[in-house]
Amino acid sequence: MRAAATAPSTTRPITIGPSLTRSMIVLGGGAILLLTAVVVAVAIGSVGVGIGDTVAVLGHRLLGLPLAGTEAPGADSIIFDVRLPRVLTAVLVGGGLALAGTVFQALLRNPMADPYIIGTAAGASLGAIAGLMAPILLPALAIGVGSSWLGLGVVQVLAFGGGLGTVLLVYAVSRANGRVPVVTLLLTGYAVSSVLAAGVALLMFFSGQHLGAIFGWLMGSLAAAKWINLAFAAPLLIMSAALLIVRWRGLNLLLLGDGPAANLGIDVEREKLVLTLLATLATSTVVAISGTIGFVGLVVPHVLRLAIGPDHRLLLPASVLYGATLLALADLGARLAGGIPVGILTALIGAPFFIWLLRRSRTVRPVVTP
Amino acid sequence: MTAVRTETLAALERVAFGYPMPDGRRREVLRSVDLTLARGDLVALVGTNGSGKTTLLRLLTGVLKPDAGEVRFDGRPLSDWRRLDVARRVAVLPQQLDLPVGFRVAELVEMGRAPHARRLFASTEADARAVATALADAGALDLADRLAEELSGGERQRLLVAMALAQEPDLLLLDEPTLHLDLAHQVSLLAAIRRLRDQRGLTVLAVLHDLNLAAAFAPRVAVLDEGRVVADGSPAEVLSTDLVRRVFGVQVDEARTADGRRHLALREV
Repeated sequence: MRAAATAPSTTRPITIGPSLTRSMIVLGGGAILLLTAVVVAVAIGSVGVGIGDTVAVLGHRLLGLPLAGTEAPGADSIIFDVRLPRVLTAVLVGGGLALAGTVFQALLRNPMADPYIIGTAAGASLGAIAGLMAPILLPALAIGVGSSWLGLGVVQVLAFGGGLGTVLLVYAVSRANGRVPVVTLLLTGYAVSSVLAAGVALLMFFSGQHLGAIFGWLMGSLAAAKWINLAFAAPLLIMSAALLIVRWRGLNLLLLGDGPAANLGIDVEREKLVLTLLATLATSTVVAISGTIGFVGLVVPHVLRLAIGPDHRLLLPASVLYGATLLALADLGARLAGGIPVGILTALIGAPFFIWLLRRSRTVRPVVTP
Repeated sequence: MTAVRTETLAALERVAFGYPMPDGRRREVLRSVDLTLARGDLVALVGTNGSGKTTLLRLLTGVLKPDAGEVRFDGRPLSDWRRLDVARRVAVLPQQLDLPVGFRVAELVEMGRAPHARRLFASTEADARAVATALADAGALDLADRLAEELSGGERQRLLVAMALAQEPDLLLLDEPTLHLDLAHQVSLLAAIRRLRDQRGLTVLAVLHDLNLAAAFAPRVAVLDEGRVVADGSPAEVLSTDLVRRVFGVQVDEARTADGRRHLALREV
């Protein structure tokens, strides 16, 4: 006991927090991987452009560098009008989903959590499908799929509003005595999602010739990527990602439970609300431009937690980089596989990979041990 | 600075509190609690299950607000304090805490530095020093690089103590710190806490169940019963056979060891 009273003179340094070297490797490596994935995904497609030409065109368009003049004809248009918006959409969507998944898994302290878990997917789906079926539902108003608001399609607007609105509703319903217990939030989200899913099924039943479009949206696809959608999504996603990443400390502390987090200075209910809103904003934005792409938001956080540890200081920015890389490559795969929706590919590959991971590693376990 | 030692650090004044029930009424737990903690006090809080000991601690941190009466800390009503400012002065060793998977002990202890965080991402030299000191004081230096989920019950408790000490609090609230600990670990944990109080002037309020342990540990014992502090004083004054029978409904005999120390002995169960 006496020995414990005085710190031994030979105290070795206690390392706290991720070292700078480790952060640089994880985040710098992730950034290089992402950049490489973007260039490769832009270069490859039904018309091969070549890495050299791709870099030249990207340098010309993004950095104002002069073209060599030796590029293949049409390379500029293929890259800039078709592939780049699609690849950048994949980057935003993948990064956004992985980040939101990381946040929800920590916030709900539930390893099954994904970005959609408290109703975003169901709400956005109902909104999007209502949008796709607007010609049938509201013929008198002559609102069509082609209608736009600030250049956005009615589908995007309704998906965004549906996702955000559903989570706000779920949150409000879960609130009792000024508190939002995590379990209530999960169960309410599940119940509300079920009701909305019934609405989705009902609409699909009466959808007639729109069924294909609806199905494609539900699977999640980047085929409809456009610069105008990016102009809407990028600012929202970058803002919500930045605001989430700086809240890493709150997320770490909330893992300890509400009471201990409060004792460490966190205004728990406010912190949970802010985190939920930001993660939902990111998810709804993503869903609006891509549909409901599965597994990225569930698997990426788990894999990263295994690889680099659970500290959100590193985990949050890493999830953005690696989630973005993963989806850029997955969408390339989907394009090469005959243009199937990328959501089918992420489920096909992601789910078996996840099962393999679960069997291989003891450390995919609850986010917390009580 | 002798005047400081008698100065009141925290006080509950006629505090009443009830938890809201589904039908809208409140289940009354504390009726009218008066308890004053002077700087450097070492107080054991005892009482039956459900008598409101944990509730009292939560009122002292400001996590719960009293229905009536007032909680004061360092001369000001606790309701005037920001959460973060309370966390810089008051640390809690909770009865229950979920340990997140995959964190090393040193990383968890660093979470105790959260209220003092100055930089957005980086930890400071002061943080590293405080973490090392807290680990040493809690006897947990050897655990620093271990994963929290692999700790035994006793090691886990030392981790929690280190987390609380990393907060560098003035007031340390301990909610059944000896739960799940064997006799050796109970004694070494309480001895470490008493030493910190002696060396640093830490003020300690500890919820304890073992009356003999409480008497051996704390120079002052407060008894919570029926929503009030029914006794408050030295163990010899407070822990009479009569009080134990009234509060706990259990018959005990007062015994003396050969060297004259008082002991409460259970009649046969």
